[in-house]
Amino acid sequence: MKKASQTRRIIWPIVAVAGLALAAWPAIAQQPAPEPPKQEEVPFWAVGRPLSGPGAQLAPVPAFPIPTPADKLPIAKMKVPPGFKVEIYAANVFDARGLRQGEKGTVFVSSLFGAGKIYAIVDKGGTREVKTIAEKLELPNGIEFHKGSLYVATNKVITRYDDIENRLDNPPAPVTVYDQLPGDIPHGWKFIKIGPDGKLYVPVGAPCNICEPDPEKYAQIRRINLDGSGMEIVARGVRNTVGFDFHPKTGELYFTDNQRDWLSEDMPNDELNRLTKVGQHFGYPYCHQGDFPDPQFGWGKACADFVKPILLLGPHSAPLGMRFYTGKMFPAKYTNAIFIARHGPWNRTKKYAADVVAVFLNPNGTVKSMEPFLTGLVENNTYLGRPVDVLVLKDGSLLVSDDHAGAVYRVSYEKK
Amino acid sequence: MTSALGPGAQSPPLPARAASAAALTLPILLGVLLGLAAGARAQTVDERFTVCVACHGADGQSRIPETPSLGGQPAFFVIAQLFLFREGRRNNPAMIAAANGLTNDDLLAFADRVTKLPPPPPPGDPPDPARFARGRTLTFRHPCGVCHNPDFSGREQMPRLANQREEYLLKAMREYKSGARLGYGGAMAQELAGLSDQDLIDLAHFLSHQDVKR
Repeated sequence: MKKASQTRRIIWPIVAVAGLALAAWPAIAQQPAPEPPKQEEVPFWAVGRPLSGPGAQLAPVPAFPIPTPADKLPIAKMKVPPGFKVEIYAANVFDARGLRQGEKGTVFVSSLFGAGKIYAIVDKGGTREVKTIAEKLELPNGIEFHKGSLYVATNKVITRYDDIENRLDNPPAPVTVYDQLPGDIPHGWKFIKIGPDGKLYVPVGAPCNICEPDPEKYAQIRRINLDGSGMEIVARGVRNTVGFDFHPKTGELYFTDNQRDWLSEDMPNDELNRLTKVGQHFGYPYCHQGDFPDPQFGWGKACADFVKPILLLGPHSAPLGMRFYTGKMFPAKYTNAIFIARHGPWNRTKKYAADVVAVFLNPNGTVKSMEPFLTGLVENNTYLGRPVDVLVLKDGSLLVSDDHAGAVYRVSYEKK
Repeated sequence: MTSALGPGAQSPPLPARAASAAALTLPILLGVLLGLAAGARAQTVDERFTVCVACHGADGQSRIPETPSLGGQPAFFVIAQLFLFREGRRNNPAMIAAANGLTNDDLLAFADRVTKLPPPPPPGDPPDPARFARGRTLTFRHPCGVCHNPDFSGREQMPRLANQREEYLLKAMREYKSGARLGYGGAMAQELAGLSDQDLIDLAHFLSHQDVKR
């Protein structure tokens, strides 16, 4: 942050002086350039916001503290393609965010600001029980299951709960895996996943809406060995990814990325990206959506110097969790397609998305098409629910978490 | 079920004035507990709500230092705060005791009662012109009104600020700034990060002297 704000202090006066010189240069002698607000004085989500009009009345949309009761969940409102069916998998899962499944079938659910908890959903032959296995955690959004252990990533630390499925009623004390994280609250929450290389992939988002943070610390995806050693930055210029997965055949990393706020209602688009080489730079904070230089940080930069997104996912649509479909239940066309949960915008007067989309790839890994998959959660410009993560269950059905209504849904398919 | 605080997650530090605050809190705490004991026999929400307004003011306006006025507060804000008290995540012994065991329906019902209280009027004493002006200028640079509404009447999870008790506004802002109070989403610590204590004092003065209707 220090470095970024210093940079701003340097850049701003230059821009201001240049503008003044064009408009009324004799005035420079009498009037010093106005001092802009310092970076650290403005909250991370609010940098650049308008001071009047409808855009000046936007604020983050929080999860409601009370989950929507099961009989009021918007099941009947949700639309899925013919042959598919949506049902409630679990209700009363306040602030339901990340989804993972254990070897014995337990579904683990993370949460963020609202709950600060990790839940375990246990299927007991038809009835499902939601247990709280950890609580009073700080932003515990990132979870991963591997060889009996549940990994939990907060903004500050990654820990591991061993043999967790046998100890749901008496969870072990967590073991620290990795604590070399900056720990910021802005975009500090995590999505974590173990890659085909056996390493744990961990993003560190930009600690602001728009700034030029230390690239060795922020706006990146890193990977570490499972004991926390061997950190390596694999992707740079990533503002805030809260969802990624590895192609089932090529092993390549595909990730969603949330682009900056407060620029305009319709710009920039959020992104789906593909990493083809370690160390690639995806543009932040200089270039957004592959072709749009930032009005402040884009000067002197060329979008051509950065890796472009493979798909634009809509302005402020907030794509979060994503998963390649590797199950057998859905029709063949979904095999190795990507399901992406779009949370829906807060930084836009007209709400949309809050859905799950299916992205189909060409054999060479580029995008062929995108289709809506689960829709119907925006009504009267408000959200009935907001999908956060998707999970392909062992039976091939797809779970969808909803932090707004506090529930997990299950989408299944029946051959006609 | 276990309380699994990760190594990096420490409980928020108590405010510096914790000892004196505790001394102040004790009579209130006893009052709440006595009230709740009586309230346990009372069945209706309205009867139980009398325990709340005994301190917070039946006319929506609190007369007790560091106890906020509730009049005009948005329902979402009230529900979120009662939720945080119930879960022990907002550090106030009296309110944690008061919210202990509340059901979700209770949160909704109490929030409904709160929204029926009239918003507090401006205080009788006129504002100090210089401090009022400094506070007002700060709201241009740190536009509180983007979230809290231009007239600071509050909406959804963001509380009404207009004509809240001045020392309560200051206490709340100091707690947000220090990290002692995280709130429901983490925005306020960021919002106040660049403000000095004198800024908070001036802001509290300005916000507590609003000549607005609703």
